[in-house]
Amino acid sequence: MPVITARALARTFHTKRGREKTDVVAVTGVDLDVDEGEIVGFLGPNGAGKTTTLRMLTTLLKPTSGSAQVAGYDVASQASEVRRNIGYVSQSGSTSGDARAGEEVVDHGLLYGIPRAQAERRGRELFDQLELDGMWDRAPKTLSGGQRRRLDIAMGLVHDPTLVFLDEPTTGLDPQARANLWVHISDLRQRLGSTVFLTTHYLDEADALCDRILVIDHGAIVASGTPEALKREVSGDLIELTVASDTELGTASRVLGGLGEVSATDRTVSVRTPTAGRELAGLIRALDAAGVIPESVEVRRPTLDDVFLNLTGRSLREDA
Amino acid sequence: MRFVNETFIVWRRQMRLNLRNPAWVIIGLTQPILYLALFGPLLEPLAAQIGADNAYTFFVPGLLVQLGLFGALFAGFGLISEWREGVIEAERVTPASRTALLLGRVLRDVVLLAVQGIVLIGIGFLFGLRGSIGGMLFGLLLVILLGAACSAGSNALALTVKSEDVMAPILNSISLPVLLLAGILLPISARSGAPDWLIVASDFVPVKYTVNAVRDVFTGVFASSSVLWGTVWTIVLFAVGLWVGTRTFRKENA
Repeated sequence: MPVITARALARTFHTKRGREKTDVVAVTGVDLDVDEGEIVGFLGPNGAGKTTTLRMLTTLLKPTSGSAQVAGYDVASQASEVRRNIGYVSQSGSTSGDARAGEEVVDHGLLYGIPRAQAERRGRELFDQLELDGMWDRAPKTLSGGQRRRLDIAMGLVHDPTLVFLDEPTTGLDPQARANLWVHISDLRQRLGSTVFLTTHYLDEADALCDRILVIDHGAIVASGTPEALKREVSGDLIELTVASDTELGTASRVLGGLGEVSATDRTVSVRTPTAGRELAGLIRALDAAGVIPESVEVRRPTLDDVFLNLTGRSLREDA
Repeated sequence: MRFVNETFIVWRRQMRLNLRNPAWVIIGLTQPILYLALFGPLLEPLAAQIGADNAYTFFVPGLLVQLGLFGALFAGFGLISEWREGVIEAERVTPASRTALLLGRVLRDVVLLAVQGIVLIGIGFLFGLRGSIGGMLFGLLLVILLGAACSAGSNALALTVKSEDVMAPILNSISLPVLLLAGILLPISARSGAPDWLIVASDFVPVKYTVNAVRDVFTGVFASSSVLWGTVWTIVLFAVGLWVGTRTFRKENA
C-alpha cells in the first residue's frame, strides 16, 4: 500500500526583483509512489527541486498544481492530519542552541498533542537509542554536529510517526558521524517499521541506505529504481588505463577500441564493457604485444555518479 | 481548548528561554530607568509649562509607552534567530495552530512588558510620582495592548524578511519618528510652544493618542476625550497588529 502518492506535483515561485516579476519553476511535475516500509532516496544536485518537493509533501509549502496523498491524507486539504502522522527532520535543525535538549523534545511532543508523560518517556527512549544518553539537560549548542543531527531526529520521532522525512540528514558531518547516522536511519525501519523518505546529494549515502532511488533533475524525476538496477542501466564496467607517454596513449586507445567506444584524457584511456573481468586478461596480453606497459589498470563497477552522468549529462559532484 | 493549550506550550518555552538569558530583559528595563534618573530632573522645573502638576505623572507614562513600543518592536529579532536555527520550521510541521505559534510569543512579550512596567512605575514613585493607582493600572493595560500590537507586527515582519540586516533599518526608520512625533519625551501641543505644522504632523501618529490617554489616567482623569480617543486608537492598533501577525503566520509559505 503506498504511503506517499504524488501526481504532477508542481511548484512555481513568484519573485519580484525591482519592477520585474519572474516566475521560477522549482518543480515542474513530480509523480512518485512510496510503499510502506521502504527507504527511498531522493537524489539530485543542489537546486534540482528536492527540498521544494519535500516541503510540499510535508505541508510546509502549498503546491501550485498537482496533488499528493501522504499517510492517507491530502496535503492540500488535510494538512493537519498529514502533519500528525509524519515526522520531518529539516536541513536547518530544529532546536534552540540555548534551550535544553530534553525540554525541546518534550515540548515538540506536546505540540503534537501527546501527553507529557508519554513525550518524556518516548524522548528518553530515543535519546538512549540514538546514543544521546546524558545529553538530556545539555544545551544543543554544546553538542557536536553529529549529536545535534541525532537530536533533530529524536525531535522528528517523538510522536511515533510511521513515515519519516529526512532532508539532507548528513550534510556537513564528518565521515564517521555520517556512517554512524546511517546505522540509525536504517534502524528506523528495523525497529519501528517506519517508512523513510530522504533527500541527499551524496551518492554513497543513497547507495548505502536506500531500497529505491528517485533521481530528480531540473524539477522532474528522471529515473527511479533500486541502486543496482540504476547502475545496470549504465552499460557495464569501466576499464581505465594510465600510461606513461603520448605514443603509448595512442597505442592503448587502439587496443581498447576493440572493446567499445574509447574516451581518452591526458594520460588515461577508458572504455565501458559489460564483461570487464573476462576481457581483462586478453587486454593485458594485447597491450604487452603492442609494447605498452600501463602504469595502472583500474576496473570500476558503475557508480551512482555514472548513473547521474548518464541520465543528465552532468556529474553530480560538479554541483554539490 | 487545544488552541489555548498550544499557545501555553509555546509561551512557556519562550519564557523559559528568556529567563535563562535575561540580559535583554534587564537592558530593556535599564533604559527607561536611565531616562527617569538622568532626564526626569530636567523636566521638574518645566512641569508647569507643559501643563502638569507633577512632572512624573507626565514623564512616566511617556517612558511606559516607550517601553511598550520599543521592547516589543524589537522582539522580532529573536524570531529571526529561531528561524535560522530551524525552530520555526520544526513548530510549523506539527499540527499546532499557526496562530498559537504567534500568540505564545506575543504573550511572552506581554508578560515581560507588564513586569517591566510595574517596576518602572514603582521606581517612578521613588522619584516623586503620585497619582491615581487605578489610572496607572489602566494606563499599563493600554501600554500592554500597544506592546502586543508591536510584538505581533514585529514577529510578522521578522518572518517575512528573515534577515536582521533588512529588519534593523526598517524598525529604526519607524521608531525614531514615532518616538519624536508621539510626544513621548516632550508634549507636542500649542501650550508647549510647538509650531502648527509639527502639531498637525503628530496628529497622524496614533501612538500620540495612547500617550495622551495614559497621561490623563495617571492623574485620575478618565472622562476626557483624550482617554476615549487614546483607548480607541490603542484597540485599533492592537487589532491591526494581531490581524497582520496572524495572517503572516498562517500564510502557507512564510
